[in-house]
Amino acid sequence: MARFDPYENNGGTCVAVAGADYCVVAADTRLSVGYSILSRDHSKIAQLADKCVLASSGFQGDIKALQKNLAAKELIYEHNHNKKMSCPAMAQLLSNTLYYKRFFPYYAFNVLGGLDSEGKGCVFTYDAVGSYERTGYSAQGTGSTLMMPVLDNQLKSPSPLLLPARDAVTPLSESEAVDLVKDVFASATERDIYTGDRLEIVVINSSGTHREYIELRKD
Amino acid sequence: MFRNQYDTDVTTWSPQGRLFQVEYAMEAVKQGSACVGLRSSTHAVLAAANKPASELSSYQRKVFRVAEHAGVALAGLTADGRVLSRFLRNECINHSFVYEAPLPISRLALRLADKAQLRTLPKYALVCVKNFRLRELLIPVCTQRSWKRPYGVGLLVAGLDETGAHLYYNCPSGNYFEYQAFAIGSRSQAAKTFLERRFEGYNDYTPEQLIKDALSAIKETLQGEKLTSANCTVAIVGRKDDGTIEPFQMIDATRIQEIIDSMEAAEEAPPVEPSSMQEEERTSDAAPMDI
Repeated sequence: MARFDPYENNGGTCVAVAGADYCVVAADTRLSVGYSILSRDHSKIAQLADKCVLASSGFQGDIKALQKNLAAKELIYEHNHNKKMSCPAMAQLLSNTLYYKRFFPYYAFNVLGGLDSEGKGCVFTYDAVGSYERTGYSAQGTGSTLMMPVLDNQLKSPSPLLLPARDAVTPLSESEAVDLVKDVFASATERDIYTGDRLEIVVINSSGTHREYIELRKD
Repeated sequence: MFRNQYDTDVTTWSPQGRLFQVEYAMEAVKQGSACVGLRSSTHAVLAAANKPASELSSYQRKVFRVAEHAGVALAGLTADGRVLSRFLRNECINHSFVYEAPLPISRLALRLADKAQLRTLPKYALVCVKNFRLRELLIPVCTQRSWKRPYGVGLLVAGLDETGAHLYYNCPSGNYFEYQAFAIGSRSQAAKTFLERRFEGYNDYTPEQLIKDALSAIKETLQGEKLTSANCTVAIVGRKDDGTIEPFQMIDATRIQEIIDSMEAAEEAPPVEPSSMQEEERTSDAAPMDI
């Protein structure tokens, strides 16, 4: 007797890398279900505030609802405080919103990237129920296990084992970080069937938000 | 109007068919400092006179953004106004969440009017529904209990939707009307007289012209006091020529001061010319007599 499954994994991978004064958030644009492709041009990235971008992979129905929920809460914040939400504030809000549905979670694996109030890059990585951590870089989604070891190796970020605790932002320049993200997606596309088609890269820095698209393998 | 035996609570009619409490609430609006609103076919402007309660205090905020496409200016009990602004903001957010579209201004004014009704004439009916807890239903028809008072604030609701720019005035009574231009609050009659003379051309006005007329209308209510960017607030919303929306926002003080200065310069310019012409005539007259 088949039971209705409220969830579905639409695949895809999201990555974010924080630098000294920039943040790169990238995700592929393939939407799949099972072994089929539903769309080659579906964005997983949502701009929630000036300096705050959310990339989520998982069940796109829940992701759409989560993004709408956060956008509405951000608008209320703007009305009450007369300014847009900062990235760390949005990070906490996202965590609370996810935990609110602890017993029927949003099937969304999130990576939040942006600039903090000092203009430094920040990346926050989440699990499905809201546990989060500020890191220097992160990957979530079907290709994350293929990408994280490469990012660990290539980003030259300070090791988390060092004392005193060091900021995990990468010392790489913005263009080097963008090139690395492109390489890492190209590699994951080779082996992960759910990742491919096109890569959407969003770079946030002091001059604003800049979007770029790169073609990936379509098989 | 004088105190009488029919004005104690909002649910008592007078023999003449008046609800005095509602009328008294509308008096509260007349006591507040002035606000004006005007609109063209593409833009709507709201302006308010900033009157601090005392020399030591600052003025209260009277113009609020409600959504990207709409805002309100209020006169009367500003505390009630804050509550209503919060309500309107929530209504706009909920509507966009469900329909992915901005709430049309006529519907926004309607929600506000409905809320005024529910507040003034509540009927609480205890309904026992099987398997649910006792629920209280709010029905704005007749009355059984009445411990709530009307909102003591009048709101000018301005915004942009698919059918163009709109301006509504919402009364504490729950009535609302659409206007091309309107003024509320103390000494608003002077502003209304000014607007009545000019409103027929407003549909074709540019945003700058609308702002100038709004400032002139506020100036009428100040009655002698000098108009500066410190004692007025102006906000605008509209659709630009290229079709994109110009979101509801206050115009900043330096820009307002520039506009006020240019308005004053335009007023002063004409009188200068006739007097210099008069001097020339006198000198030319003097010469023949000066023998």
